[in-house]
Amino acid sequence: MSKKISDNTLGKIKLTVLRVIVYAILVFLTFLCLFFFYLMIVNASRSNAELATGFSILPKGNFFVNLKNAWNDASINIPRGMLNSLIIAVSSAVITTYFSALTAYGIHAYNFRGKKFVFTFIMAIMMIPSQVSALGFLQLMTKWNLTDSYIPLIVPGIAAPVVFFYMKQYMESVLPLDVIDAARVDGSNEFRTFNTIVLPMIKPAIAVQMIFSFVSSWNNYFIPALLLNKAELKTVPIMIAQLRSADYSKFDMGKVYMFILLAILPVMIVYIILSKSIIKGVTAGSVKG
Amino acid sequence: MEKIQTGTGKKLKSVSYAKWGYIFIAPFFIAYIIFTLVPQLLTVYNSFFETYRIGLQQVGPNFVGLGNYKALFQPDANGTILIFKYALNTMILWIAGAVPQFVIAMLLALFFTSTRLNIKGQSFFKTVIYMPNLIMAAAFSMLFYTLFSRVGPIQALLENWGVIDHTFDFFAIRVSVRGMIALMNFLMWFGNTTIVLMAGIMGIDQSLFESATIDGANSVQVFFKVTMPLLMPIFVYCLITAMIGGIQMFDVPQVLSKGDGVPNGTTRTLVMYLNGYLKTRNLGMSGAISVIMFIITGGLGAIVYKMLSAPYKDQTRKHRERKGNVL
Repeated sequence: MSKKISDNTLGKIKLTVLRVIVYAILVFLTFLCLFFFYLMIVNASRSNAELATGFSILPKGNFFVNLKNAWNDASINIPRGMLNSLIIAVSSAVITTYFSALTAYGIHAYNFRGKKFVFTFIMAIMMIPSQVSALGFLQLMTKWNLTDSYIPLIVPGIAAPVVFFYMKQYMESVLPLDVIDAARVDGSNEFRTFNTIVLPMIKPAIAVQMIFSFVSSWNNYFIPALLLNKAELKTVPIMIAQLRSADYSKFDMGKVYMFILLAILPVMIVYIILSKSIIKGVTAGSVKG
Repeated sequence: MEKIQTGTGKKLKSVSYAKWGYIFIAPFFIAYIIFTLVPQLLTVYNSFFETYRIGLQQVGPNFVGLGNYKALFQPDANGTILIFKYALNTMILWIAGAVPQFVIAMLLALFFTSTRLNIKGQSFFKTVIYMPNLIMAAAFSMLFYTLFSRVGPIQALLENWGVIDHTFDFFAIRVSVRGMIALMNFLMWFGNTTIVLMAGIMGIDQSLFESATIDGANSVQVFFKVTMPLLMPIFVYCLITAMIGGIQMFDVPQVLSKGDGVPNGTTRTLVMYLNGYLKTRNLGMSGAISVIMFIITGGLGAIVYKMLSAPYKDQTRKHRERKGNVL
């Protein structure tokens, strides 16, 4: 009897120790994830002279001065860059999700010859990265005079296999075909059924994929950097990379931190508001166990 | 069999709607053909031609067969075959980030799903660890450069502590630049992997854990004999998609090293190599690199494809079996 009790207490002590270790690991990882961004915010609030003195753990009062300087910088037009990125990211988010849902619905709701092949084909091309066709893409866009245009950054989003796959999986779980039949009986044409009945039913999936498409477009660097040459068309990642190539010693460092902060701010705001649904969306689209 | 099915009344009804299926999937395929398939074929085509510029003078296109591929595997003046060097760099950078990424993610997934540990504040931790995944890689990399540069705060702090002197430069040391890239990749991806693995563990039938524990298995045994085998498909899926992502590694090392892969090209990745040729419009060489990358990612992608389509294959098989029974 007494041995059993001591076994029990031993188990409890073990569990407590384990919990302490686990929480310590979690706190450390949290620190690691936030530390660099915290430093960024602190440094974005310090003047160039203060930054030259080195490390500081507490923010200073120069935040709005840096913001003004960064916003009005002559060589790096960050407000313009943010506007450009916003235009591209919003358009491609809308186009990607709408057409992916349309494609998924086409395969989910209709029977047609070659349907299985179509589905297999989309699955097969899903993992091919865009870099391996970048050369041909660049060549074609140059030939069509579409460099320095946003069309090559937005319209290809119509064919997004990963988003398609997510939509297809979502429709399988929430969209019974009876609903579509009922709409047909009511005389709704197929296109209207999709726009007015199907889209509202898959709203959560649309929202999640819009966020992911927005974020990946906002952060996209490789293709835009190769396509856009005109200064007034450049997007935020290109400007940030330019910052790296510029002569560093001449820079007001407070401004540099502010540029970086501005580059990630829109996505951070979206994330802080919608983190729950974003995290839920991460798991969907992967293999089921 | 197929014909008999199309002959039934139900199928006939859906035949009249079939054209809508084609209409709805048409935009996808038109966009795919124009913006991916044709460029892909052009890329392969270009890899067999010599096309480049010297200054303002355009050379080619001249057909050279496999000449570009041969040139790619030709050792340079120092005797190094650059594509091997950059492939090795890419692999080292990926492994250095991916090993901690998967180890930590696996641990966290186990912690979060353990009913015995009953970790509080899970949604807070998940929110924090996933956050770096959404950060613009170029900006994150620029931030690291700024913090670790010779005029940055980390250097100043370490100098104050007397750990390093003023001549020290993080970006002149191979291990430190590679370490930074690996750290960034780790931070950007471990949260994502944690969440996916967690979903995988939660998808496992809980009664299996219970019966294993009742049979006297300890937690290590449960992990290796129950959790891991059942989690394998998802784990492999994560691993291979991470590999495909690793091969595409570009933004972080490009911005951090200003495209040079400092020091001495030891942090230059395959895509940075490709990007260099694309920038100078050397179509032949960039074509050859693209084709090689396509083959590697295609091979890895085939495995992912098999795994993702497995449930669908099952479904159709079951579907057929069911139909067969009815018939």
